[in-house]
Amino acid sequence: MSLRTLLATTGLLIATAGAAAAQGTLVYCSEGSPEGFDPALYTSGTTFDASSQTVYSRLVEFKTGTTEVVPGLAESWEVSEDGLEYTFKLRGDIPFHTTSFFTPSRTFNADDVIFTFERQLKDDHPFHTASGGTWEYFDGMSMGDLIASIEKVDDLTVKFKLNRTEAPFIANLAMDFASILSAEYADSLAAAGTPEMLNQEPVGTGPFQFVAYQKDAVIRYTKNPAYFRDGLPKLDNLIFAITPDASVRYQKLQAGECHVMPYPNPADLAEMSDSEDIVLKEQEGLNVGYLAYNTQVAPFDNPVVRKALNMAIDKQAIIDVVFQGAGQVAKNPIPPTMWSYNEAVTDDAYDPEAAKAMLAEAGVSDLDMKIWAMPVQRPYNPNARRMAELMQADFAKVGVDVEIVSYEWGEYLDRSKDVDRDGAVLLGWTGDNGDPDNFLAVLLGCDGVGGSNRAQWCYEPFEDIIQKAKTSSDPAERTALYEEAQVIFKDQAPWATIAHSVVFMPLRPEVEGYVVHPLGSHIFTEVSLAE
Amino acid sequence: MLRYLLSKLMTFVPTFIGVTLISFVFIRALPGDPIIVMAGERGITPERYDELRTQFGFDQPIYIQFWDYLTGVLQGDLGTSFVTKKPVWDEFFALFPATLELSLCAIILAVLIGVPAGIIAATKRGKFLDRALMSTALIGYSMPIFWWALLLIIVFSGNLGWTPVSGRIDLLYFFPAHTGFMLIDSLLSGQDGAFGSAVKHLILPSIVLATVPLAVIARQTRSAMLEVLSEDYIRTARAKGLAPARVNGVHALRNAMIPVVTVIGLSVGTLLAGAILTETIFSWPGIGKWMVDSIFRRDYPVVQGGLLLVAVAVMVVNLVVDLLYGLINPKIRKR
Repeated sequence: MSLRTLLATTGLLIATAGAAAAQGTLVYCSEGSPEGFDPALYTSGTTFDASSQTVYSRLVEFKTGTTEVVPGLAESWEVSEDGLEYTFKLRGDIPFHTTSFFTPSRTFNADDVIFTFERQLKDDHPFHTASGGTWEYFDGMSMGDLIASIEKVDDLTVKFKLNRTEAPFIANLAMDFASILSAEYADSLAAAGTPEMLNQEPVGTGPFQFVAYQKDAVIRYTKNPAYFRDGLPKLDNLIFAITPDASVRYQKLQAGECHVMPYPNPADLAEMSDSEDIVLKEQEGLNVGYLAYNTQVAPFDNPVVRKALNMAIDKQAIIDVVFQGAGQVAKNPIPPTMWSYNEAVTDDAYDPEAAKAMLAEAGVSDLDMKIWAMPVQRPYNPNARRMAELMQADFAKVGVDVEIVSYEWGEYLDRSKDVDRDGAVLLGWTGDNGDPDNFLAVLLGCDGVGGSNRAQWCYEPFEDIIQKAKTSSDPAERTALYEEAQVIFKDQAPWATIAHSVVFMPLRPEVEGYVVHPLGSHIFTEVSLAE
Repeated sequence: MLRYLLSKLMTFVPTFIGVTLISFVFIRALPGDPIIVMAGERGITPERYDELRTQFGFDQPIYIQFWDYLTGVLQGDLGTSFVTKKPVWDEFFALFPATLELSLCAIILAVLIGVPAGIIAATKRGKFLDRALMSTALIGYSMPIFWWALLLIIVFSGNLGWTPVSGRIDLLYFFPAHTGFMLIDSLLSGQDGAFGSAVKHLILPSIVLATVPLAVIARQTRSAMLEVLSEDYIRTARAKGLAPARVNGVHALRNAMIPVVTVIGLSVGTLLAGAILTETIFSWPGIGKWMVDSIFRRDYPVVQGGLLLVAVAVMVVNLVVDLLYGLINPKIRKR
């Protein structure tokens, strides 16, 4: 053990002696180990919960429980007339965490913002490759193409210049990858020759300070006494007890070994809601599970055929069997919790007879097709194989013969992008920033053909609308445009929209103030424990 | 004895090279590109993909990649995890003590119960006790581990509240990991009740992990004992009027131990490779789950390095077993 770790742990022992038993310690039975503590390097919620949602803050943040963007480390911002310049006024006097491994000499300023983004943006930045960097979200959100430059106007003012107008830009800055790191800490690590520690011992301005991580077992945090939101966090200590098995998490919750657990087994939900020792919170997840036809291959290039197949699927049966009730039928490509969701759209009714007639009308008979079933469990599809089997049975009723195929997950993702792909693909999406553009443009835009647009669907009237919405900064106008886009989508039916999952969070009754967050993060800033 | 040891050590070299090659080829033979898996639903741009391929060295011919890996291994560098960006070596040694501690407890439990049970069954051959013990062993052997573990948790942790549900120690205790063995570290910490808590946390996982080896050891002991008990020298010993306890305990047992020690050694080897189910259910931070997760993520360095280190651990166990043979039976040592 190095001297530093020894000092760290001893210091901590003093700090937490007795505290762990105190009322203010919440134990969260998390579902897995974080991959690291630098959120910009990863894409999994498990890692974000342990890093960005605890240790870090961002310029702007999502208000807990909503996708509304509120000021964070930036107290205000201005957008230029042409929509190409964003100027952020930063909060002053916000200290970074003082930990056993780092003592900051200055408070948060513009240099930290520039460091945070330039290390992801610039190939020649010293921290660009320091951690074996793969800036997946930054690249995935096209931030590299979007940001032309980041300038320090003064210590507390930063200006982002963009290459094009992009309405969801502010929402992107509230995402986990945009968590603000300390440039001073990074410099001190670089000077010590240990830049990789940036990913292992995090220092931020968030509600909780990192204390220690014992791999695959426990992560410990303590309250950040200087957190910039008044009166928060309410807890003195936060502990993540890593518990991969859902049944065991449930047992631990019942035994009082933890206060909150994510991802319960659907089979346990009924018992949980009856239990007096457990409060079961629920919210619709910000996701969609779908079946994407290949709209460039006959006969699926005909909207009538796609529509007919959609009418042949008994979606309620899928919700009951595959989701065991923890889901709701999807009619639109965006989830109901998202702004601009079009309530007025009516779903294709389940009607095998009409479907059969429509197929005959379109001149389609003896149709053979493939349905691709994902090999992994995802929030938007807990059992793709089972779902595919139900669809196989449904399609058989309208005379369509289905062969189910599957590949290893990496292969699946890769091969399903192919424009000439044979068959319809089961897949889904979980929202990143609460903006409809993140669903409609990414999954159904012309740029995504051969990539994230698994339906290979490029339809001009739809494309025009989403491009217009992307560049507009008027929320009312954008809402109207997206509502219209959903009508066109339903009419053209590039997908069968299947389900939005419902997220359940079982907690102990003494946990107060916990809100289920639509973006899937588990946030403890406003949580307290009753005496 | 030294020559015996050296000749055994010499067999390490080809095994080591073989394992290095097999683990290297094995993980690459699986379909699935680590970079695509890493990127997930969001995908990756072709430029970025090429950049990462170069960074991970995938653009080199396969034999160069193997050569780089092998020279790294010989210099003690097992590479860095694609996912956590930490050296494989560090990750392994952070987790291996947990696996070792649990495996040792389980195997001690299995031997302490399995060997006497086998002896009793052999001496009471065909009687009720024999049948009862052997049926129990058969049930233990065929028990689905997942179900068995959850059953124990629900009864002993859930209903009775005697043992904790999972983990290695109560979260109240927090001290530096000097050795990685929780029993030792908790004693070193000097904190009241820490050792007791560590012991309590070990009970259920040890029982679960011991179940299968215990059954195998009991059955193996019984059959080895039965074979020895029918030998002429046992009849002679009995005819000389020696006490049955001395005949069974000294004359028969020592000679029956060779196959039993073999089985114990094999069991330890299996346990060291990580007990994935037991570790997952009891949230035990060992190498089993680490390895399996890494296979799913196509984290090549971890899978290669982890397999290699596990193989070395198993080879060491086999060596110890070979040496034990020599202690039990001097004829083997002199061969």
